[in-house]
Amino acid sequence: MLVNQFLILGALLFCMGVYGVLTRKNAVMVLLSIELILNSVNINLLAFDRLNGNAEGNVFALFIIAIAAAEVGVGLAMVMLIYRNKKSISLDDLSEMKG
Amino acid sequence: MVLASDIQVAQNVGFAIIAVAMIIAGVGVIASRNVVHAALSLVIVMAGAAAQYVLLAAEFVAVTQVLVYIGAVMVLFLFGVMLTRAKLGKDVDLNNKNAAIAAPVALLLFGVLAFVLLKGFSDDKIAATTGNGARPIDTATLSDLIFKPYLLPFWALSFVLLAAVIGAIVLARKD
Repeated sequence: MLVNQFLILGALLFCMGVYGVLTRKNAVMVLLSIELILNSVNINLLAFDRLNGNAEGNVFALFIIAIAAAEVGVGLAMVMLIYRNKKSISLDDLSEMKG
Repeated sequence: MVLASDIQVAQNVGFAIIAVAMIIAGVGVIASRNVVHAALSLVIVMAGAAAQYVLLAAEFVAVTQVLVYIGAVMVLFLFGVMLTRAKLGKDVDLNNKNAAIAAPVALLLFGVLAFVLLKGFSDDKIAATTGNGARPIDTATLSDLIFKPYLLPFWALSFVLLAAVIGAIVLARKD
């Protein structure tokens, strides 16, 4: 197997995630797209790990999975807080920081 | 010289099928007009990623992916969808007006990434996962790595998780 087939799959998923983050209005959908990005990074890490024949990439992949779980927990808590205060999770409604 | 054992037909066919399923489901995640359908498409992407990890001889990460992502994170997401009372049916108001900018950005990014990858790793092969000289990464090697050289990052990670748990409770509770 070529290492490139995994890397290109990762790149494709990453770009899909970027498109999702940029176009989605619903905050939960943005978090879903971020998960897509994190998964593509994991595929890349494990492919490079296999290419170089060491095991460090697996450790980093596990760390990324743990960080992603923490990120989803805090992210969804924030989304719920926003929903409670504004009765909407549309990111276009959150414009308080606009100068 | 290309040996017959280097081609790995079965692995390549498996890779292709899983990759196509992942890409179709990924398009579902970013294009679906229904929040729950998008979340369920993400399950397919994550299961496909776990299968790719098995192809890359990372069984422990694959099992962790299934347990943590498909088991825990997706349940969190479905709870998030439920508690924010997202419309369960078709929702026309799910995208903002950035698609005209986002599509070129994503396509350009993919073009640059694909160019660099094809140029840099043109025909590098990954080590065989079976047969002579194969060195599958077993859980013992992995735990030796985590609990010896990466012990400090592992501690830091546990504190991050603890902080995230406390932070999520503090943020989400009603006063």
